[in-house]
Amino acid sequence: MNLRTVIVDDEELARQLLREYAWEAGGMEVVAECGNGFDAVKAIGELKPDLVFLDVQMPKLDGFEVLELLDPPPAVIFVTAFDQYAMRAFDAHAVDYLLKPFHLDRFKTALERARKRLGQAQPPAAELAAAARPPGQKLERVVVKDGSKVHIIPIAKLDYVEAQDDYIALRSDKKNYLKQQTISSIEGQLDPARFARIHRSYIVNLERIARIEPYTKDSRVVVLHDGTQLPVSRSGHARLKTVWGEDI
Amino acid sequence: MHPVLRNPKWLAQYVAVWLGLGYMLAALLRVPGGALSWRDALAVAVPLCLFFAFVCLTPWYMCRQLPLVSANGLKMAVSHASAAILATALWIGLARAIGYVFEIGSRLDAAITPLIAVGLLLYLLSVALHYMMLAFETSRQAALGARDAELRALKAQINPHFLFNSLNSITALTTSDPGRAREMCIRLAEFLRNTLGLGERESVAWHEELDLAQAYLDVEQIRFGSRLQVEMHVDEQCADCLVPPLVLQPLVENAVKHGVATLVNGGSIRVDSRLRDGQLRVTVENCFDPESPAPRRHGMGLRNVRSRLETRFGSAGRLAARADGNTFRAEISVPCQLTD
Repeated sequence: MNLRTVIVDDEELARQLLREYAWEAGGMEVVAECGNGFDAVKAIGELKPDLVFLDVQMPKLDGFEVLELLDPPPAVIFVTAFDQYAMRAFDAHAVDYLLKPFHLDRFKTALERARKRLGQAQPPAAELAAAARPPGQKLERVVVKDGSKVHIIPIAKLDYVEAQDDYIALRSDKKNYLKQQTISSIEGQLDPARFARIHRSYIVNLERIARIEPYTKDSRVVVLHDGTQLPVSRSGHARLKTVWGEDI
Repeated sequence: MHPVLRNPKWLAQYVAVWLGLGYMLAALLRVPGGALSWRDALAVAVPLCLFFAFVCLTPWYMCRQLPLVSANGLKMAVSHASAAILATALWIGLARAIGYVFEIGSRLDAAITPLIAVGLLLYLLSVALHYMMLAFETSRQAALGARDAELRALKAQINPHFLFNSLNSITALTTSDPGRAREMCIRLAEFLRNTLGLGERESVAWHEELDLAQAYLDVEQIRFGSRLQVEMHVDEQCADCLVPPLVLQPLVENAVKHGVATLVNGGSIRVDSRLRDGQLRVTVENCFDPESPAPRRHGMGLRNVRSRLETRFGSAGRLAARADGNTFRAEISVPCQLTD
């Protein structure tokens, strides 16, 4: 069976090389080529390919962001020019990555790995992307897919995150955006100097907090500038203290 | 050798200062009891000061051996005090000898105590001045070192993304269009050679900067294809203005990396350089996607260029950069110097 493949790279010559290697390696059918992240999300969503070659640096959405928005995620092989942030080895999810320029043999090895894990159960796309993203690189923005639309929420505009079963609700500009990701996973991606997990179910943007008020005898709430109240657990309070000092 | 002895002009000035001191010393010698005539006082003071002028150069060697920051204080104090006493002994000895020769020894007696004080003070003052001189020298060396380090850092900064992506493009072209693959190899080699070569130099002519930027843009042009358009407007008059190396290329690279590369359909880069009122004025303008995340190392290239322009031209060298909607503009303005 031919492997249905999508190639995503913003450079025509890089796409041409992948196309050529795909033809040489055989057993592949390139069903689409995309030059940017938006087109990639759309094409992959419609065509449901088996395998995607995904450039990391692209206009609009980078490779990690594209991966986050693909549900269910296909097998992905990242293609990047320079391993600047020591990209994680993808052993856990058997995603591979190729460093440009690469040899046909290396391309075939990556292909073999991808074939082996076809049909295996996948973690949610956002978890996969979180694992793939270089550690220590904090999110600058969050991407959310809503039907066929892609929303980009800059971190500065994110008020708080609320856990809802397998989803998180992201609150920004008086609107809620749902995303399939666990709250712990996004907590690890957010800059702890700007966001704090104040409760099992809540992460708050520290700049949005107006004050902290007692709620019951031993629990508290934070009041945001827009009046929203969010519960603060005991360990959440301890975390706020480490950011702001003891006097809160 | 002492820097004063190395430079005849400095030596002449140094001796002149000591002749002045000799005159003042003569005035001082006349005060206690007024026993010495002007002629006698000058006969003693002037040779004495000329001799001491050279004695007072010796602390240079000692100060270098005992630098202020690292030497232990006691050792330093003892060494300089002993040297001061020895120097003053020579100073008094010579005064006595001159007094003996001119047969004014007895009239000089009253002046011995102030002479000792003056000798000690002059010597210690010279120690202090030498430390000042060394500190000045050290800071100058540090500034030079910092500039070299900056340039080295800049050369090492050849963007790996650019390099590996270019090699990838060449890999793709080798089968589809060998002629263009070769062309790209050559342009890339030119760019690398020029980057390394220009960085070695203190100043480069503006046309060399333009050639480097052009080589860079030629390579990127092959990579990005129709997504990258370049417009260069160059006023021939400014071709020979001298500037520090690698001031244009970082701006052009930013324009590609944070500008055209962020746009799905690409865009254009305009480089405009002209001479106006003796100032070399350069504008690099590009469009960018205001929604793309701010570059991680934002402004590092700009900061580096700005600080090097300021080091060279002082407040006359400026780099202004600002984003206006979806256009980013960087402007360099420096005096056009034709010789170093």
